[in-house]
Amino acid sequence: MTAAGTPAANTAARPTGGGRRLPLTWLGVAPYFLYVGLFLLLPTVILAVGAFTDKEGNPTLSNVTAIGQPYLFSSFVGSAIISIVSALVGAIAGALLAYAVATGNPRGTLRRVVTSAAGVFAQFGGVTLVFAFIATLGTVGLVTVFLKDHGIDIFANGVWLYDPRGLTLIYTYFQIPLMVLVFLPALDGIRPQWREATESLGGNTWQYWRYVAGPLLAPAFLGCTLLLFANAFSAYATAAVLITQGGVLVPLQIAALFQSETGQAQPGLAKALALAMVVIVTIVMLLYALLQRRTSRWLR
Amino acid sequence: MNRSRRLRLNIFRVTVFLAMGTFFLVPIAAMMEFSTRGRSDTGPRTMEAWTNIIKTPDLVAGILASLELAAITSIAMLVLLLPTMVWVRLRLPALHRIVEFLCLLPLVIPAIALVVGVFPINRWMRINISDSILLLSFFYLVLVMPYSYRALDAGLAAIDIKTLSEAARSLGAGWFTVMMRVIVPNMSSAILNASLLSVAVVLGEYTFANLLTYENLQVAIVYVGEVSATTSIAVAVASLLFAFALLMVLSFVGRPRERVARPEDPIPAPASRSLPLSDSFIGVPK
Repeated sequence: MTAAGTPAANTAARPTGGGRRLPLTWLGVAPYFLYVGLFLLLPTVILAVGAFTDKEGNPTLSNVTAIGQPYLFSSFVGSAIISIVSALVGAIAGALLAYAVATGNPRGTLRRVVTSAAGVFAQFGGVTLVFAFIATLGTVGLVTVFLKDHGIDIFANGVWLYDPRGLTLIYTYFQIPLMVLVFLPALDGIRPQWREATESLGGNTWQYWRYVAGPLLAPAFLGCTLLLFANAFSAYATAAVLITQGGVLVPLQIAALFQSETGQAQPGLAKALALAMVVIVTIVMLLYALLQRRTSRWLR
Repeated sequence: MNRSRRLRLNIFRVTVFLAMGTFFLVPIAAMMEFSTRGRSDTGPRTMEAWTNIIKTPDLVAGILASLELAAITSIAMLVLLLPTMVWVRLRLPALHRIVEFLCLLPLVIPAIALVVGVFPINRWMRINISDSILLLSFFYLVLVMPYSYRALDAGLAAIDIKTLSEAARSLGAGWFTVMMRVIVPNMSSAILNASLLSVAVVLGEYTFANLLTYENLQVAIVYVGEVSATTSIAVAVASLLFAFALLMVLSFVGRPRERVARPEDPIPAPASRSLPLSDSFIGVPK
């Protein structure tokens, strides 16, 4: 780049460069900062400013206070419930799977297949995943039809696949593998010697989990659950394709405002909702990072 | 470990693997089954839905657009991120934290929130630059940045770029030669890793395309699904298998190589060794 061919190639002449060369060094990162400024920071600023601006461009708090309206507030409750339930189910099932993997051969094929598959499935979401579940549990889906032929009607009390219950089930499909990926390192940190020590002191399985492994794994488990919560809370495509009517979740509400006439009437509202999402996800991710740090201190 | 405990553990493991295997594989099998269904319940299996893919212009256009976007985004990602990261490591270490923070920032800004902020920028670009769907790659680059950054960062951490570049420079190489002939060949698996992740993210992207009213692969699948469920499920299976293949390649190839130049420390940081995927997948827009 710019410094090419200057005598600086000689390491002896390298020390931090003269005052003249400093700007040239900074030029090397200019494209990156220009890009990030325009396509990441500018949109964020547009969000943050727009959330506190009315249609005429005057500062206002009305967008933020409007979130308190029942129909918007209930979408936050809906999002929270789906995220909490799918995070808990995903965390528990994922932890069990991770434990089944961790107790196997650390260099075995099984472990390799499961971790690779978890990497792939944690990534799997959105449109394709919804279609997969419609083909499985839709009214003419493979499993639905199979069970019906055997006398079990899973939709006897109405079709639940296309409402938040179905969405929660679908979310667990990417939550479990994500849990396996993030929780496995913590399980690997558990030493067999600790169990042996517990046993030689007369402790049983329950006591080992209650007083040794449990407290050690708790921060990791909690942190990973928070990550899963943020993961579900930010998801949009899956919900948008599955649930066609009603803004039962915050992302669906944002999309609805964004595309509708009412949204045009109060453009700051979608931005306020989006900003609220960013704030919630940021807080959750900070807590996750905090717990991760604690875990890495304990399990080495 | 005593006998009965081992037995219990093994029963537990088998149960978990069977249950999880069923939960994860049945939907994929169901998709394949669904996509080969005939017109009637009793009719024979047919590949009609699959042949319909190429007969549906919307789908073909969507597939091509998504493939082009994936290619442009991964190349742009490499061109933008890699030199910056190398430069920061070599010359501006003070910026390391800031660059890392900015690259990981999209993880806490859900795609659906970011798209609201991006909308005015996109409108301006459509009026003043071009209406082409390929413009989306400017926004997709932001979405892939955290995953690519982590992959590239792990690759850079595994080689001693300072020594490598000083050696090359003292032999008279310019910065371009250092990049292309010294650094890139030494971290090819990390580059492959970052590119495949970008491709997978772009091919699965729906939020931006839908809300900014562009028709990429995923949007086309949803449109077609309203007319013919079997055809759209066939495309979904195809795109899924393609993404799976990419990611499988990644999970097996994407490990840091053993025979590259490394820092003095014989054991690279365990975090970068263990699973190149693990953290990379967090928060993929769904």
